[in-house]
Amino acid sequence: MSARPKILLLDDEQDLLEMYRDLLAQLPSQPEIHLANSGARALALLEAESFTLLISDLKMPKMDGLQVLSIVRSRFPDLRVVVMTSMLDEQYRTRAYAMGVDLFWVKPTNPEEIKMFQDCIAALLVRDTQSGFRGVQSKSLVDLIQLECLSSNSSVLKVVNGPKEGRVWIHDGEIIDAAVGELNGTNAFKDISSWRTGAFEILPPEPERQRTIFENYQGLLLDTAQTLDETQGAEKKDGEQSDEQMPLLAALGRIEGVEFVLEISLGENANVESWGINKAEPLVQWTRDVLLGFSQLGEKLRVGQPTAVRGIGWQGHLAILSENQKALCAGLRKALAAEDVAESMNKIKSQWR
Amino acid sequence: MALINLFNKRQEENTGHLTRLHSGSFTVDAEGRVIASTLPRSFPEIHVQRIGEQVLNAFRGARHAQMPLSELVVNYPAFKITAREMRGGAIIFLAPEST
Repeated sequence: MSARPKILLLDDEQDLLEMYRDLLAQLPSQPEIHLANSGARALALLEAESFTLLISDLKMPKMDGLQVLSIVRSRFPDLRVVVMTSMLDEQYRTRAYAMGVDLFWVKPTNPEEIKMFQDCIAALLVRDTQSGFRGVQSKSLVDLIQLECLSSNSSVLKVVNGPKEGRVWIHDGEIIDAAVGELNGTNAFKDISSWRTGAFEILPPEPERQRTIFENYQGLLLDTAQTLDETQGAEKKDGEQSDEQMPLLAALGRIEGVEFVLEISLGENANVESWGINKAEPLVQWTRDVLLGFSQLGEKLRVGQPTAVRGIGWQGHLAILSENQKALCAGLRKALAAEDVAESMNKIKSQWR
Repeated sequence: MALINLFNKRQEENTGHLTRLHSGSFTVDAEGRVIASTLPRSFPEIHVQRIGEQVLNAFRGARHAQMPLSELVVNYPAFKITAREMRGGAIIFLAPEST
């Protein structure tokens, strides 16, 4: 598995996306940078693969940055999010932080600001290599609870992990109760303590809370640490996926300039597989119509079947390949030169076969 | 009407077999009418219309799929169609290709 962090840049302006990509490519961690020019596309990419950091613009057509953030926060609670904007309105800053963004940054305009921006992103990426809770990045939840218990404190620990919210009641250094969703007691505690990231808040103690957990905190924390180790071990095994084991469309998505890929069955079986695109149906239909139309035309002209169809539009390049009752439609970045598109398509063709 | 269809069919059949592919270009309006052409007269008009119609369908379909295109290139084993969108119509370039 690659140790390079992965950044997803979201902005509706292609020029800016490319500028930020060049700036971030200079970071010491040499992050892998992916670009998205719409909220829908960013969400599709986030669904398709995991990212370390999302850097999003606020003002965008169709789905604005705040809408994207609210979906991202609920679907990908572990993802670090930076908002970049040219809107100097304090209200947006407050709203963005209220939605749990890690950093709100006004788009840099001079070399000093650019340097600061790069340093901040570099710091965020380094911090992300260690899991932790906002405010205490290097500490796990187990560490936090241990600290509370060792200090014989009484408090209520409110822990938020995306859409989930849990509470742990600590009284005189002992864990007396926990609750998350419909779980209570020890089960709730085990669930909460398995979260590796999130936000926490220490609330005033509730001494009248009824005790439901009677094990001592050391035993509980030992169990939790053991479970976490096992989970991490399993995740590491899953993560050690080579390119060969990676799903085909995701592998094609790694080719230079590729923004999305659709694989469409042209036979009776109308299967469609997609990578990097939401609401693929209209494009699937277009691909089918184009192939059918130009195939019939080829027969009439006696020139055979179309081997490739390429389109250029203001949103980007489209390319269709067809073989053995299957079609592959790929979207490529607009900024790609014609020869780069051809090269990427050759790579797609050779991997797809 | 039947007579016209009969003639059309015959024209189509006759042009199907021995049509030589030529290089050249033609322009169609949004309704698919041929406005101008540099193709030789020997290239059947029905082929020109079919190509124009198919190209316009592809541009319209792409707009409908929210991926408007300004240029379209279709490669056949020995023939290439390049089309540029022009205010709903298109200018279309035909090029036989030898490998």
